[in-house]
Amino acid sequence: MARIGVFICHCGENIARTVDVAKVRDALAKHPGVVHSVDYRYMCSAPGQELIRNAIVEKKLTGVVVAACSPHMREPTFRKACAAAGLNPYLCEMANIREHCSWVHSDREKATEKAIELVRFLVEKVKRNKPLEPIRVPVTKRALVIGGGIAGIQAALDIANGGYEVILVERQPSIGGHMAQLSETFPTLDCSQCILTPKMVEVRQHPNIRLLTYSEVEDVKGYVGNFEVTIRKKARYVNEEVCTGCGACIQRCPQKRIPSEFDRGLGRRTAIYIPFPQAVPNIPVIDREHCAYFRRGGCRLCEKECPRGAIDFNQQDQLLTEKVGAIILATGYDLIPSDIYSEYGGGRYKDVIDGLQFERLLSASGPTNGEVLRPSDGKEVKSVVFVSCVGSRDRAKGIPYCSKICCMYVAKHAILFKHKVHDGQAFVFYMDVRAAGKGYEEFVRRAVEEEGVVYLRGRVSKIYQQDGKLIVRGVDTLSGMPVEIPADLVVLATAIRASDGIVELAQKLGVPVDEHGFLSEAHPKLRPIETQVAGVFLAGACQAPKDIPDTVAQASGAASKVLAMFAQNAIEREPTIAKVNEQTCVGCFECQRACPYRAIERKEIRDRQGNLVKVVAYVSPGLCAGCGACTVACRNHSIDLEGFAEEQMFAELSAITAA
Amino acid sequence: MTAYAYFPGCSAHGTAKEYDRSTQSVCAKLGIELEEIPDWVCCGASPAHAVNHLLSLALVAKNLDLSPSDTIVTGCAACYNRFKTTVHALQHDRPLWEQVKQIVQPTKLNGRDFRVLHLLEVIHEFGLEEVKERVVKPLKGLKVACYYGCLLVRPPKVMGFDDPDNPKKMDELVAAIGAEPVEWEFKTECCGAFHAVPHPEIVLRLTSNILRAAKDAGADVVSVTCPMCQINLDLRQLDIQKRHKVTFNMPVLYFTQLLGLALGINESELGFDKLIVDPQPILKGKGLM
Repeated sequence: MARIGVFICHCGENIARTVDVAKVRDALAKHPGVVHSVDYRYMCSAPGQELIRNAIVEKKLTGVVVAACSPHMREPTFRKACAAAGLNPYLCEMANIREHCSWVHSDREKATEKAIELVRFLVEKVKRNKPLEPIRVPVTKRALVIGGGIAGIQAALDIANGGYEVILVERQPSIGGHMAQLSETFPTLDCSQCILTPKMVEVRQHPNIRLLTYSEVEDVKGYVGNFEVTIRKKARYVNEEVCTGCGACIQRCPQKRIPSEFDRGLGRRTAIYIPFPQAVPNIPVIDREHCAYFRRGGCRLCEKECPRGAIDFNQQDQLLTEKVGAIILATGYDLIPSDIYSEYGGGRYKDVIDGLQFERLLSASGPTNGEVLRPSDGKEVKSVVFVSCVGSRDRAKGIPYCSKICCMYVAKHAILFKHKVHDGQAFVFYMDVRAAGKGYEEFVRRAVEEEGVVYLRGRVSKIYQQDGKLIVRGVDTLSGMPVEIPADLVVLATAIRASDGIVELAQKLGVPVDEHGFLSEAHPKLRPIETQVAGVFLAGACQAPKDIPDTVAQASGAASKVLAMFAQNAIEREPTIAKVNEQTCVGCFECQRACPYRAIERKEIRDRQGNLVKVVAYVSPGLCAGCGACTVACRNHSIDLEGFAEEQMFAELSAITAA
Repeated sequence: MTAYAYFPGCSAHGTAKEYDRSTQSVCAKLGIELEEIPDWVCCGASPAHAVNHLLSLALVAKNLDLSPSDTIVTGCAACYNRFKTTVHALQHDRPLWEQVKQIVQPTKLNGRDFRVLHLLEVIHEFGLEEVKERVVKPLKGLKVACYYGCLLVRPPKVMGFDDPDNPKKMDELVAAIGAEPVEWEFKTECCGAFHAVPHPEIVLRLTSNILRAAKDAGADVVSVTCPMCQINLDLRQLDIQKRHKVTFNMPVLYFTQLLGLALGINESELGFDKLIVDPQPILKGKGLM
């Protein structure tokens, strides 16, 4: 006979204000099978949990219903309390009388009635609950990090230093990401390359890190602890084992006018190239699209020049299959194209550039060797206008969010410009200056007060060319006056967006993306590093615009999640998954078609002689997410969900209809 | 082809007679049938909506009620703006529209779905390729600054006319008739419009900037789509000369006049003589007249 305990929480005033908890308690006390019904101010508090534990022991309860808030947050708490008192945790259920009742209703009487109903039908369910044991799956103690920017580098190093193997995949020829493009970093003006390159070298030399550059993740199968990934290692046409990175081939290449991606089109590169001097690995790639040999045959000058015979025009893409236990996504960001702003020239003016291009102009290893020269004619820039929020916070362009880092890098740009061009003038058009961060506000004040940067609060309505200058027309909303500034160079702080191809990658992993293409975390506050997919974690700007310190912190956070996982020999998974009744299953595999997680496999049933009797469905416990889609698809009820069995659901429904 | 309901607007019967005449001739030549809205009233243009929102909608609603067709065309950017705004309100703000109906007491409005076009859009609907085929005198060597003004494109959500910051419809037409549209940045700058009356100095400054940009871009003439812009740009060049000591001598023509010229319409029907800055020396110099 069932002996159910009911525990009703006031949640302070949250529930008790609208729901008459005493009435709920008394109503449930009379419900068949309920042997214990109490209410308490905060059921989740230590004394509250003790109430539950004591009742389980004293009243010999066979099931518990806690009527409180959403099980999303608190179910683990109460289940743990039950387990501590010796009750199987899956015999504990929560009735949500807060989000589903008190918060959304105002009529106290009706809300109380509804709360009684909600608790009643969970009592009916819990009477039919069966004890379940968590599923344990083994862990492959090896991680995959996708993306070799500062996020991926940090995560890979942390895991590798923890003693586990890491595969770091980067689609560009070198690791380093956008941080490698920066000249200095805010708010300390550290040289970006100087602080980044030691880490890049460490990655290359670390015995636990396998670095795969110029490679992309092609497919992901499996589940937490047991992923199988396919990686495409694109042909470099240079033998990595033999090449010493001497650069003779690059000197010899006749194709010298190709716009450099690393310099964002401001500099030039050859067809066989290393993207930047500090690249890791320091091994060139041949760009098929521009290589004279691949385009028309002939040439092969690099091959003749190479003292090591490392050039291999016959190299093919390789597909590697690797087993890993955890995956960190660190795919970073891109900038929106500035040519969507036709009022700012729509990409027609060479001297209207974006923030990363300006970084390249400032960089000592950049196309101008660090001199601030106009891209159009190479003249020294004497006046420069920075426009913040180009795209960001602009709903008309479909980007309502703040890109977060622009206010700071605009201040940095203005300061660095003043350091390079002492008699130059820098103007900044801004909406608000958002300088929340350690030392950030001070840095902006320094730009304004010490470096003489002119900050104008207002938008730029138009940029046009006149007499060899760019005329920047805007408004200074503080003085209420329209302003026109003749500038040599305009730098647009264009909005940050998720990098190209992220949606396709997310689909391969089953990780949700938000409406702007950024990867979604499992919980915006309390699980900002995890994704909805167990064993897949996030680091850096692939989740939302982020600066370097935040990115590094999150990367270390993701690494620690992976290390915590690898510290266990097996991972526990929720046992509330689908289960097949092999006696009645006819092997139609409707369930397989319904399953969004590819969790259903074919299982052969054989007799003792090994003759095939029949083929039935089998649910892979590692993959099943317990969504229940298969149970609806099954034509003869041969597949059921543990913890949410049809019998339990019908009992709940009957409890409602009976009342 | 069904007829378009034509709303000439007040200017077409006064200061912009040459626009009306060239429009009628061009449409007749292309076989575009225009049926003038019988007994039309002023659309309210700038003053009404600045004074009384309901009145500004009611004036247009009156014209909609009178319109013989659900597709209405006008050459005036200000009328176009008022019509579009009213139809937008009609579609998106039912309570407001009920108020307007109380005022207008319409008899033929119910259930009609109006489409408002600027004459430039009508020519596009007719087809630039078709226009090209009918060109008898390509305007070779004529550099044209296409000036759209602000009312045609703003607010973008309501007007939905081209790229609001860099419209191309007139440039494409000008190219189709053999002339050369110049790249310039002042296509949608404000000309100052009715500020010409209370604050002429504002208009002189704004139009001077526009004309200067056109000249810098190498334009021989400016082509316009709005009678108000035309007046401000054309009529005030002498005042600009006096005040800002710059001489532009820049002809400002309606796009229909250039189109008419290319289609071989008799010059007397195009009203070149109504313009203040005489375009004939330039056109003759290019062998186009």
